[in-house]
Amino acid sequence: MQVESYDAIVVGSGISGGWAAKELTEKGLRVLLLERGKNVEHIKDYVNATKAPWQYPHRGGRTRAMELAYPVLKRDYPLNEKNLDWWASDQESPYTEVKRFDWFRGYHVGGRSLMWGRQSYRWSDFDFEANAREGIAVDWPIRYADIAPWYDHVERHAGISGSREGLPQLPDGQFQPPMPLNCGEEMIAGRLQRQFGGRRRIIPGRTANLTRPLPGRSPCQYRNACWLGCPFGGYFSTQSSTLPAAVATGRLTLKPYAIVTEVLYDRDRKRATGVRVLDAVTDQTTDYSARVVFLCASTLNSTWLLLRSATDVWPGGLGSSSGELGHNLMDHHFRVGAQGRLEGLDDKYQFGRPPTGFYIPRYRNLFGDKRDYLRGFGYQGGASRQGWSRAVAELGVGGAFKDAMAQPGPWSIGATAFGEMLPNHANRVSIDTARKDKWGLPVLAIDCATGENERLMRRDMMNDMAEMLEATGVKQVRTYDREYFPGMGIHEMGTARMGRDPKTSVLNAHNQVWDAPNVFVTDGACMTSTACPNPSLTYMALTARAADFAVSELTRHNL
Amino acid sequence: MESMIDRREAIRRVTALLGGMALVGGGSSLVSACEQAQRGAAGARGGAGTFTTRDIAFLDEIAETILPETKTPGAKAAQVGPFMALMVTDTYDEREQATFRDGMRKLDEACKAMHHAAFLDATPPQRLVLLEQLDREQKAYMDARHGDDTPAHYFRMMKELALLGYFTSEIGYTKAMRYVEVPGRFDPCVPYTPGDPAWAPHA
Repeated sequence: MQVESYDAIVVGSGISGGWAAKELTEKGLRVLLLERGKNVEHIKDYVNATKAPWQYPHRGGRTRAMELAYPVLKRDYPLNEKNLDWWASDQESPYTEVKRFDWFRGYHVGGRSLMWGRQSYRWSDFDFEANAREGIAVDWPIRYADIAPWYDHVERHAGISGSREGLPQLPDGQFQPPMPLNCGEEMIAGRLQRQFGGRRRIIPGRTANLTRPLPGRSPCQYRNACWLGCPFGGYFSTQSSTLPAAVATGRLTLKPYAIVTEVLYDRDRKRATGVRVLDAVTDQTTDYSARVVFLCASTLNSTWLLLRSATDVWPGGLGSSSGELGHNLMDHHFRVGAQGRLEGLDDKYQFGRPPTGFYIPRYRNLFGDKRDYLRGFGYQGGASRQGWSRAVAELGVGGAFKDAMAQPGPWSIGATAFGEMLPNHANRVSIDTARKDKWGLPVLAIDCATGENERLMRRDMMNDMAEMLEATGVKQVRTYDREYFPGMGIHEMGTARMGRDPKTSVLNAHNQVWDAPNVFVTDGACMTSTACPNPSLTYMALTARAADFAVSELTRHNL
Repeated sequence: MESMIDRREAIRRVTALLGGMALVGGGSSLVSACEQAQRGAAGARGGAGTFTTRDIAFLDEIAETILPETKTPGAKAAQVGPFMALMVTDTYDEREQATFRDGMRKLDEACKAMHHAAFLDATPPQRLVLLEQLDREQKAYMDARHGDDTPAHYFRMMKELALLGYFTSEIGYTKAMRYVEVPGRFDPCVPYTPGDPAWAPHA
């Protein structure tokens, strides 16, 4: 039987895969986009997007039956009644936790681009230079100047709203107008600016929600229901943004229910020839060939695929010659911060439900500041008037109590820190050959823990927020550390890092696997360090950059 | 450390559902998520008995006493009794269910002791006086409990479910509060007049 042939195969249809498909098709390639899960059609399949909150039997919460069915997902907020259909089944797709690792996955067209937090920040040279400066892991093979034009490119198409602040550690971009701070946030932002001489700043969150229309998409309607899918196309997802662009070229073939089980490798030509696909419904195996392969299957699944490929040449898998494949797994550690009560704004309120809050860019270990740990953290937070749920802890029953609780309560403000996690060779994934998923495929074993640097950083992450709140007149300040386990950030990164030397890295500066230059890995697996701002915008930029490079190399017959 | 969190799980499954929007009303789901309590290893160990029609009528009257009809409809109109029964059955573990069921009995006993009448036979003012006392009792108990392994007070469970059931009902959203499905704009700072109802959250 003739093998179906394409110019390029993209594995995975989430944030990175959608971008790869868009860029490669727009540059003239015939692309096969493979997705292991079901299709989710834009708008049509957002079945709960316009459902009223009271129409959920448990009002959006979780039942014991759901907890039994989702032993991992139940560990944090994703287990819920509203979009459960978009979270991968822990039972169909188990994995082995050598140490606790919370892996929250989206196995469908669009992947986690449908449910993501949408916070979108550029990284800076403080991030790209950190490993080299401190002698940690290996140096990033790129600098800000290499990626800056690609940030420009992806921001324009994705639509990022945000304010221009002129901060060297958080570069400005091609922003749509920001979603403004509300009265409470604005008041504290002003005081913080004065108290810390501008070194610590509250700025509007930069978010992939539109404040101006883009072709085929409306601005945000301020419903704050993004993770049900947006019928207005108000936020960036594969479905709202990259997939329609790729489809419009007429060169895209999208194939759902296609589990890629192996990258096919020609040891003589030292090139990948295509991929092997297991049909998730029929269990049939089909090979597809292509001149280039983009792995965008999400951090751990892209690495799972490499670990299983070309094992006749390298028993440890494609890219394992460095000894680093599967290693240096990272995440952002968080769930620590402070909150308190704002006074003096009882006659103020807000209208509309913006899908973002404020951001406090990193200030630790920068500009002369020196701590007993490396790197830093940023905060995401918000101010709002308390809702009726304050009634649970308050004394009161009866009519006056009910009517009072139907009114907005006092203003609260709080923020949670997101901290950088250092790369560590010991944090790794491997194939657990003893355990199989629903399709008989061996699963990943994950062995990852935070270390001393993260522990020391968390003290500042908690105490700094309390300090800032108290310095700005916030009352009843309380700190919290709700305990963090790797994976909870849903920012998994690393395991196939970029670098300058094939002996110590899996990918080169253009995301090519050193051992197979026509295989590109452009999702979170490629990251050499985590910085502290959210990573998705950087995946987009790296993917677009790698796609441009791949096409130019194809043109030069170098692949 | 984890076991301490686990012990607190029991009540949190519902509390976390309540709590998402408490701090970050306008926050992103990501931010809200950070504010939510961890909901970990609470066991799901099968259900206790089902609720009879009379049980549900009993819960309806408890909810109506906590959240009675005023210028806006009360808990009964919002069908809070059936909701409480559903939540206890579907989301409480066996121990919580036992506490709740036993609490229904205790509440009725307390009513008889106070008013010489079963709760369903008591007048609305009598019911209110009883629940005011139970509310003080549960608050003192819960405030002293703090991180303890003992179950929540049964009346805290009832009050919490009544509040959740009422304020997330259509009546709660649209009559008690103000609800706009598609705001279409964001006004970050508008005047507020005391007495005006809250804008209901979406999520």
